[in-house]
Amino acid sequence: MAIQTEVIALPPRAPSRLASFRLGDFPLIPALILVIVALVAIFANLLAPHNPEIGSLTARFRPPVWQTGGSTKYLLGTDQLGRDVLSRLIFGARVSMVVGFTAVIFAGAVGTTLGIISGYLGGWVDQVIMRLTDTWLALPALTFAIFLAAIVGPSMWNIVIILGLTYWTRYARVIRGEVLSLKEREFVRLAIVAGCSKWTIMWRHILPNIINSAIVLGTLMLGVVIITEATLSFLGIGVPPPEAAWGLMLSDGKQSLMVGRWWLSVLPGCCIMLMVLSANLLGDWLRVKLDPQLRQL
Amino acid sequence: MAARPLLELKNLSTHYVSAQGTRVVRAVDEVSLRINAGETLGIVGESGSGKSTLALTIMRILPVAARIVSGQMLFEGEDLLLKSDEEMRHVRGKRIAMILQDPMASLNPLFTVGDQVGETLRVHEGASRGSAWSRAVGLLKAVRIPSPETRVTQYPHEMSGGMRQRIVGAIGISCGPRLLIADEPTTSLDLTIQAQYLALLRDLQREHGLALIFITHNLGIVAKMCDQLAVMYAGRVVESGPVSQIFNTPTHPYTEALLNSIPRMTDNRQRLAAIDGQPPDLSAMPPGCSFAPRCPDVFDRCRAQAPPAFTTAAGRSARCWLADASRDNPAHLRVESGAL
Repeated sequence: MAIQTEVIALPPRAPSRLASFRLGDFPLIPALILVIVALVAIFANLLAPHNPEIGSLTARFRPPVWQTGGSTKYLLGTDQLGRDVLSRLIFGARVSMVVGFTAVIFAGAVGTTLGIISGYLGGWVDQVIMRLTDTWLALPALTFAIFLAAIVGPSMWNIVIILGLTYWTRYARVIRGEVLSLKEREFVRLAIVAGCSKWTIMWRHILPNIINSAIVLGTLMLGVVIITEATLSFLGIGVPPPEAAWGLMLSDGKQSLMVGRWWLSVLPGCCIMLMVLSANLLGDWLRVKLDPQLRQL
Repeated sequence: MAARPLLELKNLSTHYVSAQGTRVVRAVDEVSLRINAGETLGIVGESGSGKSTLALTIMRILPVAARIVSGQMLFEGEDLLLKSDEEMRHVRGKRIAMILQDPMASLNPLFTVGDQVGETLRVHEGASRGSAWSRAVGLLKAVRIPSPETRVTQYPHEMSGGMRQRIVGAIGISCGPRLLIADEPTTSLDLTIQAQYLALLRDLQREHGLALIFITHNLGIVAKMCDQLAVMYAGRVVESGPVSQIFNTPTHPYTEALLNSIPRMTDNRQRLAAIDGQPPDLSAMPPGCSFAPRCPDVFDRCRAQAPPAFTTAAGRSARCWLADASRDNPAHLRVESGAL
């Protein structure tokens, strides 16, 4: 990797706790994109120029401002119901962020808990949890998510639960593996010798030691979860219509794509792509930083 | 000794059983030992002689493949083998503490020293975080760590090996146990630190009236530290008794050979005396005495029949036919078997 040589060429720094956590190859642009999307999501009410769910039928299919026929009133044009695309993109960021983060945390909590229990207790508990994970992994994730969505019906919080139930298995697998090696470490044996209960050991000695891996996995899962949310919305079983979700906008725009109204699908598509790409780049960087093997320690 | 011993092991056997149940390794076989309050018992033996398994058996933290097949472990009059797992958890760390083989790696890298020393107090005495913390400072002072107030806030990687070891010692004594088991606690230390640590352990023992079980293969440490000695060979205690008596007049040929193999300053031998051969396979033990194939004094009976533990003097016993007092003249037998 060519980037490494630059880091070595830097002048020596004063030693500090963060010395090993150099920011030389920090993915600045992806991080900025995620921060901006997060801020937009939080302040959507203040930023959006129009109500995202109410349009005027007299102003349908306006093109973006730089094209002929575009006006500064609708910077990125309007859709088939005359709703402002920019406002809908801004509120769509909120849906993606909320669904993305809560689903990742939900899946992480379920998967990490089961992974720790399975790895630490071993025996038949391990067998039951791991066979359940195997079965779960054998189901195609998207098909399973569609199946669940069809049962519980469309709503934003149902999507969170569905995504959590679909993706916890990845955490369970990885975390269990780490716990298997951790539980043979001397400090865990010392805790046993000192009379700590199994639950104290799992909570106080195992969990803090695997939290790095869970965070890295969570960052990498963020992209997957956002894509799946957009897919479900695109298929019409995700976030229900009047609400603005990027996947939903993509789906609404697809009929008029051939007629040249590109802004209806290309813009939300770009938003999804940028956000997923940023999440993945950041996750990759974190993985390299937090994984001792890749850090060559 | 009239007083009840603190810990008394009676015919304790721990076997490792393979998954199919076809191979049985007798790691601890018919061990009987006793240790009084405030006393130090040294357990010596070669690698694989069952010393560590014996320690794990006393703590009841054996790996899943191991089974305690018979015997009694009377600790302050209660049989530890009859306790439930939950009751046993309250014995561990509180009444019997243990220092592990590698104390250097025994600390969790993510917590401060104060948190870890205080943890045992919080688990067993329900101490609050604050009071556990302030008692941790006192414990660090007790194990002679300089400026304990700042040390408690530090993480294990900020300490030297000797300090980490003393911290593990502090965790061991935190709840005022009656018995401390130290399983080769000095193997990873250099000699000066080792001497300091042993002095510390002895002082702690004196101040707190602890009984200490010291597992080692270093006879020099035993001579310095211990009152009683048990020599283990192939899962059995072949000889036990007061240290000075055993060192002066070993009864069992194995003990004698062990003592002969220590190099001495005054020695002008060209080669060290070694014991020929290998310890037996614990899953396929010879029918007679387990030491018979390597024993210089072996005779016919040794190969046919395993000797029981004979009491040779007050508080001393040996598993050797030579120690059988009912025989006419053991010394004569030695000469006779010299021809072999």
